[in-house]
Amino acid sequence: MRETEFAIVGAGPAGLSAAIEAARAGVQVTLIDENEKPGGQLFKQIHKFFGSKEHYAGVRGIDIGYQLLDEVEKCGAEVMLNSVVWGIFENLDLGIIQNGKRNLHLQPKKVLLATGAVENALAFPGWTLAGVMGAGAIQTLVNVHRVLPGKRILMVGSGNVGLIVSYQLLQAGAEVVALVEAAPRIGGYAVHASKVARRGVPILVSTTVKEALGKETVEQAVLVSLDENWKPIPGSERTLDVDVICLACGLSPLAELAWMAGVDFTYIPQFGGWMPLHNENMETTRSGLYIAGDLAGIEEASTAIEEGRLAGVAAAESLGYLSPAAAEEQKTVIRKRLNQLREGPFGEARKEIKEQLAFGGGKWRY
Amino acid sequence: MALLKNGYLSQDELQKLPGVPTPERLAKGPVVVIECAQEIPCNPCETACAKGAIHIGENIIELPVLEEEKCSGCALCVAACPGQAIFVVDATYSETEGTVTLPYEYLPLPQKGDLVDGLNRAGEAVCTARVLRVVNPEKYDHTAVITIAVPKALIMEVRSLRRKQSEV
Ligand SMILES: Cc1cc2nc3c(=O)[nH]c(=O)nc-3n(C[C@H](O)[C@H](O)[C@H](O)COP(=O)(O)OP(=O)(O)OC[C@H]3O[C@@H](n4cnc5c(N)ncnc54)[C@H](O)[C@@H]3O)c2cc1C
Ligand code: SF4
Ligand code: SF4
Repeated sequence: MRETEFAIVGAGPAGLSAAIEAARAGVQVTLIDENEKPGGQLFKQIHKFFGSKEHYAGVRGIDIGYQLLDEVEKCGAEVMLNSVVWGIFENLDLGIIQNGKRNLHLQPKKVLLATGAVENALAFPGWTLAGVMGAGAIQTLVNVHRVLPGKRILMVGSGNVGLIVSYQLLQAGAEVVALVEAAPRIGGYAVHASKVARRGVPILVSTTVKEALGKETVEQAVLVSLDENWKPIPGSERTLDVDVICLACGLSPLAELAWMAGVDFTYIPQFGGWMPLHNENMETTRSGLYIAGDLAGIEEASTAIEEGRLAGVAAAESLGYLSPAAAEEQKTVIRKRLNQLREGPFGEARKEIKEQLAFGGGKWRY
Repeated sequence: MALLKNGYLSQDELQKLPGVPTPERLAKGPVVVIECAQEIPCNPCETACAKGAIHIGENIIELPVLEEEKCSGCALCVAACPGQAIFVVDATYSETEGTVTLPYEYLPLPQKGDLVDGLNRAGEAVCTARVLRVVNPEKYDHTAVITIAVPKALIMEVRSLRRKQSEV
C-alpha cells in the first residue's frame, strides 16, 4: 500500500488551494482527480470573476486556474490525474482506479474531499430527447471543446449559472431564444442578467418549460406561465422553435464518498441539499477527514478557494507542520476573506448558516 | 423592480443609483455611469480608477458611489468591471450627437467608422450608431472598450451595439 500524509480528492479550486497551502507548510500532498487535466470547473469559466483583489476580482476563471496550477507545480505537491477515487475505508485509506485499469490503494494520514457538485435535472414530458442538456455539459462543450450544441437555445433557470452560460452561448454565436425562471424574480446577479438582456434575450419570470416536442431531438419547447403558487396558468402555453433546452436548475454537493466515510450530514436547501457537517476548520465529524468547496455547500469558486486554503492550513497544523499560533494567524486572514464574500443579500444567509454549522453545535443536525 | 423581472434597469431605477452622474455633470462632458444596483461582493471598479472617483470602501458589498467632479471620463474602469455595468457618456460630443463608451466581448469586433445598430438595455435597436474608437489592449484582457456616436437624446439609453445584419 502506498502512503502519503495528505490526500486531496478533487483538483478543482478547493483542492488546488488546499494542496498549495499544505505543501507550502511542508506537508507531503497527493492531489487526485479523475480528469485528464486539473482545475475542476475553473477552466470552463471564461468570464471575469467578482470579489476584491485578494479574491482575484476581474480575472477570468480560466486564468485563476492557470495561476493555481502554477503554484501547485512550484509547491511540490504530487498530482495524480486520470484517477478516480472509488472508495474510502476504515483508516481513511482510498481505493483509486488509474487510467481506467490500474487499482491503487493509498493510505493517507489526513484526507480532504473536494469533489464538487452534480447538476440537478428537471423532468418534464420530452426531457429525454436529445438536445435537453445540463448547463455544465453545455459549458464544457462550448468553452472547452468549442462545439456549439445548437443554434436556438431555451435556457431554464436564472441563477448565475443560467445567466452566465446564456452570455457565453451568445458569445459563441448561438441565439438564446428565451430564458425562463419559475420564481417571480431573477435569481442571479442583476449585472449578469443585464448583459444578456441588452443583447435582446427575453427573460421571462414566473414561467417554466412544460414540454419538449420533437421526433428524436428537440424541435420545440412549450412554455407555460405560473401563478403566485407556482401553479401553471391554463391557456398561457406558447410554443418556441428551439433545438436545445439548457437546464440550469441548481447543483447539489457530490457527496458519495462522504456518505461512504460515514460522516454526519445535514440538509440545507440554501447550500443545495444534503451536505456533510463540518467545523470552522472544514473538518467533518470524522477526525482527519476534511471537506471544502461545493461539497461543503454550493457556493462559488472564490469561496471554494478560501475553504480549500482553510482545510490545507488546518491539515498542516494537525500534522504538526504549523504551530497553533501560526495556523491561527493564517486562518484568521482566510476567514476574513471568506466572510467578505458572504456579505450582502446574496451571501448573508449562507454566512449565518456556516457560522451555526461551525459554532452552534448541532442545531443543523438531523 | 423592473431589474429583477426583465433583467434591466428602468430610467427610474437608474436615477436612484449613487453611481449615476447628475444632469449638471453630464452637461459638462465625458463622465462615467455606473449601473450597479445590488450589494454584491465586488470592488474592481474602485481599484481601477486612478482619480479616486469611485468609492466602495472596506465593506466590498457597498454600491459604488461616484464622486462626479473627480471623474475625467477616461474609461479605465469600463473593462475592469466584471459585471459590464460601467459606461462612459459624453453629452458634449457635437450639436446633435453624444457618445457612449461600452464594454464589448463579441467577435468579430466592429471597426472604426462602421455603422452599427445601437441597442438599448432591452436589446432593441434604437438608432444607427457610428463607431469612433475600438480600444482593446492586453491589459483589458479581451474586453474591448468601444466608443460610438449616437443621437444626443439616447446617451442614457444605448448600452450595446450589434453589427448590421448585412455585414454579419
Ligand atoms: C456556469 C458556471 C459559472 C460559474 N461562475 C462562477 C463565478 O463567476 N465565480 C465563482 O466564484 N464561481 C463560479 N462558479 C462556481 C464554481 O465553478 C464552483 O463553485 C467551483 O468550481 C467549486 O469548486 P470545487 O473545487 O468545490 O469543485 P469542482 O471545481 O467541481 O472540482 C471538483 C473536482 O473533483 C473531481 N472529482 C469528483 N469526484 C471525484 C472522485 N471520486 N475521484 C476523483 N476526482 C473526483 C471532479 O472531476 C472535479 O475535477 C460557476 C459555476 C458554473 C457551473
Ligand atoms: S472614467 Fe476614469 S476617472 Fe471616471 S471613474 Fe472611470 S476610471 Fe475613474
Ligand atoms: S466592478 Fe462593476 S459589478 Fe463590481 S462593484 Fe464595480 S460596478 Fe459593480
